[in-house]
Amino acid sequence: MNHVVVSTDLCKACRLCVEACPKHCLELGSAINALGHQAVRFDSQECTACGMCFYVCPEPGTLTVMKGTA
Amino acid sequence: MVKHAKPKGFYDVFERKSQDFPAGETTHYCPGCGHGTVHKLIAEALVDMGLQDRTIFLSPVGCAVFGYYYFDTGNIQCAHGRAPAVGTGVARSLDDAVVISYQGDGDLAGIGTAEIVHAANRNENMAVFFVNNAIYGMTGGQMAPTTLLGQSTTTSPLGRKSEREGGPIHMAEVMSALEGPIYIERCTLSSPAGVMKTRKAVRKALTNQSEKRGFSFVEILSPCPVGWKMTPVQSRSWMASSMESVFPVKRFRDEEAAPKGNGRLPFLDDGALRDLVGAVANEVPTKVSTLSQDLGVKIAGFGGQGVMSAGILLANAAIHEGLHTTWLPSYGPEMRGGKANASVVLSSDAVGSPVVDVPQALLAMNGPSLDAFENHVVPGGLVMVNSSLISRKVERRDVRVFEAPVSDLAAEAGFLKGANIVMLALFALESGVIGIQTLKEIIPKSMKNKDLVEINLRLVDVAEEFHGRE
Repeated sequence: MNHVVVSTDLCKACRLCVEACPKHCLELGSAINALGHQAVRFDSQECTACGMCFYVCPEPGTLTVMKGTA
Repeated sequence: MVKHAKPKGFYDVFERKSQDFPAGETTHYCPGCGHGTVHKLIAEALVDMGLQDRTIFLSPVGCAVFGYYYFDTGNIQCAHGRAPAVGTGVARSLDDAVVISYQGDGDLAGIGTAEIVHAANRNENMAVFFVNNAIYGMTGGQMAPTTLLGQSTTTSPLGRKSEREGGPIHMAEVMSALEGPIYIERCTLSSPAGVMKTRKAVRKALTNQSEKRGFSFVEILSPCPVGWKMTPVQSRSWMASSMESVFPVKRFRDEEAAPKGNGRLPFLDDGALRDLVGAVANEVPTKVSTLSQDLGVKIAGFGGQGVMSAGILLANAAIHEGLHTTWLPSYGPEMRGGKANASVVLSSDAVGSPVVDVPQALLAMNGPSLDAFENHVVPGGLVMVNSSLISRKVERRDVRVFEAPVSDLAAEAGFLKGANIVMLALFALESGVIGIQTLKEIIPKSMKNKDLVEINLRLVDVAEEFHGRE
């Protein structure tokens, strides 16, 4: 199943991926990460692996988009 | 299956942040900064297009100064604004290099305006990514050349006003006014669609660059949430509502251009170079003279009297005789009528300095020249005076003086402008430093106007006759 792997400690919580996702699959969590941010988390069945979150994210390694496999 | 992941164009570990946790995995950029997104688009494209190992990435001064910590490519960090000049050198010396000049608006549109304009005008082979965030981000949000009218910054707290600070510079439009660039586009990171268009533009510019088609300029409107005092999401809305109406997002130029050469000059051997600069001396000296000491000669007069030509003739004659020599002209801004002098150094060995402060010989073609240099001549030196134009006597008693009315002698022979030749020939005869025969061999080779060869050779004869009488 399509999904997004979040490297939680690399997220700076800018929210751009949350705004960019056409299916609203991402949201900011409540836990505070190593950088002091409430990192984004993925929780959805709707992901199409379109990659919008990946491209708007300014951090190279925070988001990895997976297609198909669970 | 991984569809999108950290591109391999990045280093696995970012050394800049290797001391912090998470170790070496994040950038130094603020949350929501546009640089990270542009970096990602470039890093991804370099790998997808197979250009990574050919790439020389030029970092600017500004927030992107640490490009070399991120891009696993060749990297040069350039002096402020000078990346296009550095890129010119790289592009012209490495035929296969993919040259990326990554610059911000302070770097490119402020301190580096001259470099970018001239590199573009020459259509240098490079891809320029111009990240425009309308502010000086790294130094704390000061007004930039691209700051919008009314925009408040730390140095324009009342808002930028055109009467006071001028208006924002539209760099893509400036590029469009030049004939050089083959590709000019302005993109925006204000929306996911804008990011994807930017991705296309990055690839277009890199395609042009990998095929060496010329100068590509991609301006990318980019947010600086911290400098603008907005959240990352607010900053995207502000870009769409304010920035894009001032900086229209569009493609300005996309030319079908054939691959261009590297602009390098052809290889020229010594003979070709000699022909090109009109060198007249023989490759192989006709004889080898020696001098017991270096000889500094000052030939001085007013512009138009041929003091420079006389100096070149003397230097060429010296080369012809196997000596080392230099010729150094000195003259005012006016081409004719001003004060002029030529310094010629003759030596048996390599010449250390072409400057003649203390001449062994002074060839004074007019009064002011004698006034200016008489006292500089070394004791025991030779002072040659054009007595046609200099009525006074040489005051020094410790120098050898030779007076000759060289202007009159030349005029009587029918060629007043040849007074310099008469003077030079007399110097050759009086000093013995160069042979009169050498001078006669050099004159035909050095005269561009061949009609003047005969009269100039006759003037050497006139000098010989005069010297014989004296």
